[in-house]
Amino acid sequence: MTPTEPQVWEALEEIPDPEIPVVSLVDLGVIRSVDVSNGHVRIEFTPTFLGCPALEVMKRAMEEKVPGAEVEVISDDSWSTDRITPAGREKLRAAGFAPPAPREASTPKLVQLQSNVFRCPYCGSTETRLENIFGPTPCRSLRYCESCRQPFEQFKTI
Amino acid sequence: MSGVPALPARRGEVPSVLLALADDELIVGWRDSEWTGIAPLLEEDVAFSSIAQNEIGHARAFYELLVGPDGDADALAFDRQPDDYRCAPLVELHLLEWAPTIARRWLYEVVDEIRITALKDDPDPALAGLAAKIDREEAYHRMHAEMWHDRLRDEPRFRKAVEELWPYALGALPAELRGELVSRVGLSEVEPVERGTHSEDLGPLWEEMTTVRRSAPAGAQW
Repeated sequence: MTPTEPQVWEALEEIPDPEIPVVSLVDLGVIRSVDVSNGHVRIEFTPTFLGCPALEVMKRAMEEKVPGAEVEVISDDSWSTDRITPAGREKLRAAGFAPPAPREASTPKLVQLQSNVFRCPYCGSTETRLENIFGPTPCRSLRYCESCRQPFEQFKTI
Repeated sequence: MSGVPALPARRGEVPSVLLALADDELIVGWRDSEWTGIAPLLEEDVAFSSIAQNEIGHARAFYELLVGPDGDADALAFDRQPDDYRCAPLVELHLLEWAPTIARRWLYEVVDEIRITALKDDPDPALAGLAAKIDREEAYHRMHAEMWHDRLRDEPRFRKAVEELWPYALGALPAELRGELVSRVGLSEVEPVERGTHSEDLGPLWEEMTTVRRSAPAGAQW
């Protein structure tokens, strides 16, 4: 039996991000649309970073969770970190990842990353510094909190 | 070689440009990944590995666009002979020192920004959309390159490396975009090392890169 659109969304909410399992694909905002018509389910999915090795895993997880669904990968700039849901941002913070700063009209600059507007997800201090633009996955940077002396990962704004 | 998918004709003149871009991203990603584990600083080990992964991700996206939804991007990426690659000699060079490695990273990012910016206005919406996505991700590669450029610009070894790589950087762009590169880099125009010829460094890289494909032509299972 073909699921309804809300059922598909519910199923997708249960798929964890392969690298940050506290957030689901729906929390990440990478599901652009779900369409159910004439017994056919179509899911439009936008990758986070193109270099993300988890893309194939996510695609397969969706096809397993929603049998028969056609998953189309849309590689344009419609996804930005602004699409991470408020619930997703909270889950990230609780797991020790600082959520991304809001995207601005101009492209991110190094001076912004070096400024101390980024809050430590552990103690809330803004006394944090950039350690490395790059981290363990393409979507993350490394920062260090001068207040609680804890290194942490910051989601890059794109 | 058989097995290489035919490029979609509907993109007209675009495929050779796109294939050049895809091959550049694949090969520069391969070269950057050679610093994994041996970069002079741990932070750079992480940076080069992450940049390499992302550049190869961009190559994959371009190959997928070229072969279409039912095509085999891996076949296009790996089942060609070295002479059939369209990458620029700039990305092929096997650089063993940090100064020229950083000089190439910086020059490559300037080259790439110029052509990606141009592609964002392409009439093909799939290509323009992909270019826009790549452009956003590249912002972080550029930050890294600029940071090193600011740090080393007065260092003689770095300046010498930029000058030596300069003809290669010029040759990586089509003639109509070279003027912008000249003004961005601030060196005068010289005889470029054109795309279409290959350096002798590509052969050994190709041997290593395609080892698995050639030893398991039916596809390796991991």
